[in-house]
Amino acid sequence: MNAPIEQPPQGSPALRLHRQLAAIWATGPGWQRLAAVNHSIIGLRFMATAFAFFAIGGVLGMLTRVQLATPKAAFMDAETYNQVFTMHGSILLFLFAIPMIEGIAVYLTPKILGARDFAFPRLTAYGYWCYLFGGTILTGALIAGVAPNSGWFMYTPLSSNVYTPGINADVWLLGVTFVEISALTLAVEIVVSILKMRAPGMSLDRMPIFGWYMLVTALMMVVAFPPLILASILLEIERAFGLPFFDPTRGGDSLLWQHLFWLFGHPDVYIIFLPMAGLLSTMIPVLANRTLIGYRAIVVAIIALAFVSFGIWVHHMFTVGIPHLALAFFSAGSAIVAVPTAVQIFAWLATLAHGRPRWNVPMLYVFGFFFTFVFGGLTGVMLAIVPFDWQAHDTYFVVAHFHYVVGGAAAFPLLAALYYWLPLLTGRTAVYRLSVPAFWLVFIGFNLTFFLMHLTGLLGMPRRVYTYSGHEGWTWLNLLSSVGGFIMTIGFGLVVIDLLAQLRYGRRVRRDPWRAATLEWAMPIPPAPYAFASIPEVETRADRIAPGELARSLARGEGYLGFARNGWQETLGIHMTSGTPEQVIVLPRPTYLPFGTALATAAAVLAMLFQFYLLALAMALVTAGLFVWSGQNAGLARDYGPLPVGRGLSLPPHTEVAGAPPWWALIFTLVADATLFTSLLFGTLYLWISAPKWPPAAAPEPDLLLTFAALAALAVAAVAARGSLRAGAAGGAPQGWIGLAAVVLLAAIAAIVALIGGVVPYPREHALGATAAALLGYVALHAGIGLLFLLSNLLRLASGRISPRRTLDLRLSRLWLDYTAVTGLVAFGLVLALPALVAMLGARP
Amino acid sequence: MDHSVLRATVYLATAAGLTGCTGPLSTLDPAGPAAASIATLWWVMLVGAAVLLALVVGIFALVLLRPGWGSSVSPQRWILLGGLGLPAIVLPPLVAYGLIAGERLLPLPGSTPPRIEVHAERWRWTARYPDHGGMATEGVLHLPAGTPVDIVVTSRDVIHSFWIPRLGGKIDVVPGRVNVLRVQADAPGHYQGQCAEFCGHGHSGMRFDVVVHPAVDFSAQIAKPDAAGKVKQ
Repeated sequence: MNAPIEQPPQGSPALRLHRQLAAIWATGPGWQRLAAVNHSIIGLRFMATAFAFFAIGGVLGMLTRVQLATPKAAFMDAETYNQVFTMHGSILLFLFAIPMIEGIAVYLTPKILGARDFAFPRLTAYGYWCYLFGGTILTGALIAGVAPNSGWFMYTPLSSNVYTPGINADVWLLGVTFVEISALTLAVEIVVSILKMRAPGMSLDRMPIFGWYMLVTALMMVVAFPPLILASILLEIERAFGLPFFDPTRGGDSLLWQHLFWLFGHPDVYIIFLPMAGLLSTMIPVLANRTLIGYRAIVVAIIALAFVSFGIWVHHMFTVGIPHLALAFFSAGSAIVAVPTAVQIFAWLATLAHGRPRWNVPMLYVFGFFFTFVFGGLTGVMLAIVPFDWQAHDTYFVVAHFHYVVGGAAAFPLLAALYYWLPLLTGRTAVYRLSVPAFWLVFIGFNLTFFLMHLTGLLGMPRRVYTYSGHEGWTWLNLLSSVGGFIMTIGFGLVVIDLLAQLRYGRRVRRDPWRAATLEWAMPIPPAPYAFASIPEVETRADRIAPGELARSLARGEGYLGFARNGWQETLGIHMTSGTPEQVIVLPRPTYLPFGTALATAAAVLAMLFQFYLLALAMALVTAGLFVWSGQNAGLARDYGPLPVGRGLSLPPHTEVAGAPPWWALIFTLVADATLFTSLLFGTLYLWISAPKWPPAAAPEPDLLLTFAALAALAVAAVAARGSLRAGAAGGAPQGWIGLAAVVLLAAIAAIVALIGGVVPYPREHALGATAAALLGYVALHAGIGLLFLLSNLLRLASGRISPRRTLDLRLSRLWLDYTAVTGLVAFGLVLALPALVAMLGARP
Repeated sequence: MDHSVLRATVYLATAAGLTGCTGPLSTLDPAGPAAASIATLWWVMLVGAAVLLALVVGIFALVLLRPGWGSSVSPQRWILLGGLGLPAIVLPPLVAYGLIAGERLLPLPGSTPPRIEVHAERWRWTARYPDHGGMATEGVLHLPAGTPVDIVVTSRDVIHSFWIPRLGGKIDVVPGRVNVLRVQADAPGHYQGQCAEFCGHGHSGMRFDVVVHPAVDFSAQIAKPDAAGKVKQ
């Protein structure tokens, strides 16, 4: 692995290095904790907050079980029950599962990949605060009795302002979108960090399997969340401003919501499952005392799973009345998902069979996972069979199924992981006296609750009924399910007590209690804020190392960057695939900016919620301004050239290379953005093809002159961005070009606003006008954000943060304006084509 | 597949003490060909799933309790047999069976059984009988026994789902759209239907009665002024 290792008395070089690095990387005490940007701290906060929401969601689940334990129960009325079950699902999926995965990713990924932190620590912190504030808004609504009440998938028109007046649905749309946007920022960060910030030598095919799982998961998030974010925005616009996208009386279609929702919702199931499988694929080899079998097969399987999972969303919609050829396609697709899943299951079984498994508490939970996941997978295959789904859909059979696959298959691996990595978090090993009975309570309670629900569903109990009369034959099943729920809750209570006991009474240990084989154990535990005192060179697959020996040499500073320089938080950037080191990444220090920016964002959301639209706009501008401001001290104030990084190597700082993390972050952000745009195009065409009440009474007549003027302005802006880059790289003054780009962008925005004002049919009257306005609005918004890029360029030019060698800012602007021009071309093209499209509708039945 | 053998197995299984499967809304207590076909599908899948679950959990138990038990099988073979072989054996026949069974249940063009229009609105069901002078019933659906009927569902407000579990699968009632579900009851009697898609406060109570009359008698029965649920016109 590393330099030869002699018997090391833990000498003073290691201690001195620790003190120097800790001084640079530490987060201050007291209020300065609000300024924390360190991945270990933010990761722990994510996990702790997610756990708190798990408790809230769990209590809500128990309330439903109390209500349903007996027929005609008077414990809750229908309205309360509707809020409780909606929030149970929404909290556990949006405020527990996804953030817990992000927390694990943030805490663990850099350590497993041999980096000192994630690529954008301030963005991590911003994502956390957005999650906390968004979750607080949702929970606050529950306490105030105005929580969302239309079910966690918010089907329209039930969730429209006609059938759900009041702010209940707005709380969901705004709160969840707030949290989703934070999830999206983190997804981009995870992708970039995994691709660019591994230990030197860790080529992609040497990456520990956990890295592959997180990479695929984060890429899935990048393309899965945008359809839901778009749908939520459109529905909120429909509710707040009356533009019909989903309203069937005005040319919208409620099924469009279902398509967009499940286009997110189905991959979401795998976004939750894959990280769990990643944890299992990391733990099982260690528990089996051998390396993972089928590394390559698993990598292929999870990539296949990711692709297939985006093609089968319609299996949530088998009963909406779609063509039977489509049913056949989606049924077969849904069954095929079983293949990559089976590959993983048998790779794990093979690893256990070829190893010498240890039987301990993590392994007990691995058993719990195998049982519940295989069970839920099998009922999933059943539900993929269309005729059976016609009976089982929307019954407790489905409730049982998804609690097995996203409840059990998440809870058991999570608890296994918690027991496995707890020593890393706390520096203490476990005593298992309470752990075993706690497991059995959870396991038995879980299966009692949800196993019986399959039968309840087959006996005809639909989801989301708040009560039943008692003659249906459901009574005893419901009572037993409720009893099971309470056993499970007691089990979870015991798990919490057990964990607290571990914190208090666990035996102190300095490093690697498992004889593990991945890098997160190659450091003293609990980890210091800088994680690695020096960064290892990886010469083999990075799940085959001996972290115990490596840790001592790294602590002495024998790897890369084993020193403190300029008070910088330094880590290494590598070539994406080969793992060759190529840059020194200098990370930002703790700052209150993420906290402040998230507060401003939350204020915008709240203002929107209470319909203070001008205030909302103002707060959105403040948020944008804070983002521009936070860009001002990013990077470095002068050119440095290659800097020594240790082991005889010198590398340029990230500000002076082509493939710096921000460049890749913008690319993946644009991938997400393009997915959102594609969803909008899909929505427009979908409504045109299949919505009722088409064609509209008034035929659209887009203004050709204005449209071409706007398009020309966007093209000129893109050209001007090229000019500014050329001038900047040549040492000239790009300000003139930037000014030109800004002026034409303003002109484009003015033209687009005029176009929106003239949209026929009037956007509030028909979905055709509404989608045309949305397409135009999308382009205007991007032109507006382009102005922010240009403003930031001007400010940073003035402060000397841009030089001929540091042109990243100008390249980012160019990329953004190119994207704006291209999407503008497509959006304007579709708007211009709408009259022809509408004319074709004559033949439609 | 020999249908009568399967059905006999189902009846045996039912007789063998699965009395817990009966109920006014039970899909496992079929009273029409569609529900019967799906119930058969379920029992077949249940047996298959039980075998597979036992297999995987059994293997897990063996590799843990008998270390070295599976090490004679090479790693590649583990993944090929379990990951590809097992699904290859199970999935294609199952999907094909499901698709063929499903195809039979769809209201395909060609045959044109009598139609009944069912209209859903929060939180009640109204049925109209165009072949019978457009008479209507509320909260009650009258059906003739032994003949297929196409139920044409529409909604005035939000999405509902029309479902008579003992007769067959459900169909969503989507505002702005017209969906068709073919149902058939084997024998005269009383059945129950309900809304399966969450539609707001009254969702739990949005049920309806299904009264199945002998086919020869159907017109006369629903023409009676005191036919259940009849709407005065």
